[in-house]
Amino acid sequence: MFAQSTFQWDYYECDTEIRRYQMNHMLKFNLNGEQVEVAVKSNEKLLDVLRDKLGVVSPKFGCGVAECGACTVLINDLSVRSCITFAVEVEGKNVVTLEGLQADGPTKIQKAFVKHNAFQCGFCAPGFIMSATELIAKNPSPDEEEVRHALAGNLCRCTGYQNIVDAMNEVAEDNRRGVK
Amino acid sequence: MENFKYLKPATLEDALSSKSEYGSKANFLLGGTDLFIAMDKGVIVPDVVIDLKGIKALSYLEEKDGFIYIGAAVTWTELIDSELIKKSIPSLWEAADLVASVGVRNSATLIGNVCNAVPSLEAGAPLYIRDAVVFLESKSGKREVSIKDFFTGVKRTVIKEDEMMTGLKIPVVQDFGEVYIKMGRYEGEDLSQAGVSVFVDKNNNYRISLAAVAITPVRASKAENFLKGKKLNPELAEEAAELALEAIAPISDIRSSKEYRIRMCKIMVKRGLTACVSRMETGSPALSTRLI
Repeated sequence: MFAQSTFQWDYYECDTEIRRYQMNHMLKFNLNGEQVEVAVKSNEKLLDVLRDKLGVVSPKFGCGVAECGACTVLINDLSVRSCITFAVEVEGKNVVTLEGLQADGPTKIQKAFVKHNAFQCGFCAPGFIMSATELIAKNPSPDEEEVRHALAGNLCRCTGYQNIVDAMNEVAEDNRRGVK
Repeated sequence: MENFKYLKPATLEDALSSKSEYGSKANFLLGGTDLFIAMDKGVIVPDVVIDLKGIKALSYLEEKDGFIYIGAAVTWTELIDSELIKKSIPSLWEAADLVASVGVRNSATLIGNVCNAVPSLEAGAPLYIRDAVVFLESKSGKREVSIKDFFTGVKRTVIKEDEMMTGLKIPVVQDFGEVYIKMGRYEGEDLSQAGVSVFVDKNNNYRISLAAVAITPVRASKAENFLKGKKLNPELAEEAAELALEAIAPISDIRSSKEYRIRMCKIMVKRGLTACVSRMETGSPALSTRLI
């Protein structure tokens, strides 16, 4: 017990000024259209702040190393992995999660996902929908190859990829024909 | 992860003076896709993180005086969306399109990829065949380093403690064909098992570079000299590919065995040579063709 506390003491001693000051921030950013303010430490992940401090739980913690895409959120309209983004990086930016996308009811992409049963356990779905939303905003009628290329970074543990691609194909086809 | 002091300077001068103040205790942050994971695992424990995203002077992507300049803040997505890159440095464009996933490419930068200096870096081979020059800047001055002298080992570069890589330049050339081929197991996040870039110009000057098959990217100069001035035919391609293997020293790792890498490198060089000659002759653009 004593040895441990000595170690702790040494640890804080050697770090001196740098670690003690300017490590907490009052972070202000736009979350799903609303201005939010939250106190964070420099080392907090955006994903943790969203889920644990702001109650936005659609981004999921999957792999934690930017491989699975379950934590995808849109920052200034670009999909970003919130599990490897520091919360302090989004100061003054627009962050959109699934909650913000569906504020006025399910989007066209979500409806297509439901129709094609593109969810099995559903854990990956928020990430897939965020990535799909970015793709459709950039390219309203992608072909299947483009869909697979754009969604390659989102993993589905239930391997329900075909249904997801089918849903996206339908959205693309509707957009091509101009169906609302 | 240990807590740290987060700085977001608005100018390059501020960033460089902070770096010279804190030295090895400070790390630069741009995309953060490599730095964050290293910090999360406790491999890097910086006291200070200097976020460069506030510095406008680092986000340039332009053609000027016969060179294409790419700033440190340019992300892979910006490279992919750039017509200039697609037209003038097609192999870099093709490599950009194969880096991890959209979500990573939106934040990760080309310069970050180069600075991280892993052997499998996607930017390696395309920059080697175009003789890129990188800009290193510190509080006390600037210097330019050829990409060939930049890497000194696995995750080792010539960047000094107080220096920042602010960007790079690539010479513009006319009438050429080039291609990048990546061998990976699947799309989405896999690192390359091997990457090959091949370049050819009108006077039949060939340049071949291979990455992920030695501690740094390499140029296959023996094969280049052998092909110099000759018009490519299948026999020459076969021989050149064999010579190119003398430049590499792959290892066996979790992604593939040494023998598989050697065998595939030969095939990739052969296909790359054929593809880039055909691209030069027909002027066809890079289409991110999967040649492997």
